[in-house]
Amino acid sequence: MLPLLGIAIVIAGFALRINPLAVVVAAALATGLLAHHGIVEVISALGKSFVDSRSVAVVWLALPVIGLLESAGLKERARMVISNIKAATVGRLLLVYLALRQLTSALGLVSLGGHPQMVRPLIAPMAEAAAENRVGPLSEKLRRLIRAHAAAADNMGLFFGEDIFIAIGSILLIRSFLDSNAIHVEPKDLAVWSIPTALVALVVHGIRLLLLDRRIAKEKPDA
Amino acid sequence: MITLEFVNILMGLMFGGVAVVNLRDRKWTNAVFWGLWAETFIFGSHQPSFVSGLLLVAMVVVLVVGKLAGAPPERTSREEQEASARRWGNWLFVPALAIPVVTLIGTFTFKYLSVGGKPLIDPKQITLISLGFATVVALLIACIMLRPRASVPMIEARRLMDAVSWAAVLPQALAALGAMLVLAGIGPIVAGLFQRWIPLNTPLSATIAYAVGMAVFTVIMGNAFAAFPVMTAGIGLPLLVHQFGGNVIVVCALGMLSGYCGTLCTPMAANFNIVPTALLELPENAVIRVQMPTAAILLVANIAILYLFAFR
Repeated sequence: MLPLLGIAIVIAGFALRINPLAVVVAAALATGLLAHHGIVEVISALGKSFVDSRSVAVVWLALPVIGLLESAGLKERARMVISNIKAATVGRLLLVYLALRQLTSALGLVSLGGHPQMVRPLIAPMAEAAAENRVGPLSEKLRRLIRAHAAAADNMGLFFGEDIFIAIGSILLIRSFLDSNAIHVEPKDLAVWSIPTALVALVVHGIRLLLLDRRIAKEKPDA
Repeated sequence: MITLEFVNILMGLMFGGVAVVNLRDRKWTNAVFWGLWAETFIFGSHQPSFVSGLLLVAMVVVLVVGKLAGAPPERTSREEQEASARRWGNWLFVPALAIPVVTLIGTFTFKYLSVGGKPLIDPKQITLISLGFATVVALLIACIMLRPRASVPMIEARRLMDAVSWAAVLPQALAALGAMLVLAGIGPIVAGLFQRWIPLNTPLSATIAYAVGMAVFTVIMGNAFAAFPVMTAGIGLPLLVHQFGGNVIVVCALGMLSGYCGTLCTPMAANFNIVPTALLELPENAVIRVQMPTAAILLVANIAILYLFAFR
């Protein structure tokens, strides 16, 4: 039961609003030590998995060019483009992005979207501009809600698209897990059974996005 | 051969550059924090894991003792940006869209490049290397267009990195925590708890336990990949497949997707749920709050699909 203490540390740390990075590293150290591993061994294990997972940081490589373009007015341009499309609403815009993100992820192109390179410089400002088209200047609360929806659409599209691609990590993980249990399956059969959930996700989240439009429409201008 | 190490060095150089800009501005804490991180990218593959582990601990100490400074203000005003946006028009999108376009081209063509019969680029890491390469191409295009001073891209990267701050490191730290929990034998404990406390005597109850278990364990670990072997070895295979005769493909595919519902709801999945709040200047749980209703409905849908199709 002792390893569960590591999880308790994480929950307590998040609840007490201690810096999450400090909490997570402390929990990792505590978990290792409580499982009766030596301090050198624990720190080495920590260092090994930290270094092994460096590739998750690859998205930050987009920041020099994104920052440069932002200072040259990229976000403003994204707004202007949407302002000229009268049919654009937050819901429709994000629904199109969700569908595209699902489709490209299903083809294995998971790196086409992402928060630093697509959502912050393009999708979020476009969504805000689409709302401003309808109701004028946004309240801070509504602006935050729209930005959060822009980020959520990216996640939804990725999660419920990528499993349809046969060579994605999760499919390979399932396959190798089953192989080690002497059960042999074809990746394409696993991928096919990801399609029903992908469609449900598109419909459910799509409806929620269109409902978001109705909520925005109720917002009075200059409120 | 160009391997993932190329991307690691590129990242290390960038974080090092961010540290240098902070040093120039006398933001000592930030400079040390990013500098330590940069070291693990440049030398991480060549130094003992113990050293990398100590550097991570040192980063946390710096963070807790020194407090990171926030992002500096933008270099250009809103008015200047609007004027620049009018002047450049849609050309501004070209470098931004070059990132996905070049990634796409690289993903499909890099595998055909070879020197002396050997692949030029590690075929297992094509996508990540393409993405790294694409960011360099995009930056070159932007620099040719906008002709900034040489230091400007790094100054801009520093502004955004300091806005994201420690949250940028969290995904890696969580991966380390996950590995540690596995090392400590967390899996069998959690599976045992589920088997002991939840009645699993019908296909429906076992299906619900498996799917909900995947979601809950993913919330704890921040990653469905960590939950999958545990819950599938604990409930999926022995009960759903072997005892009740469920189709193993349907069980596993929907089990993994149930885990994804958990990913949408947990701050432990930092790169999906915490990083965007930092990038978009939102309160910490803003993205999770928006995702939760869809995640709950999808979990129910997964249970229904699994139950209806696995036991036909």
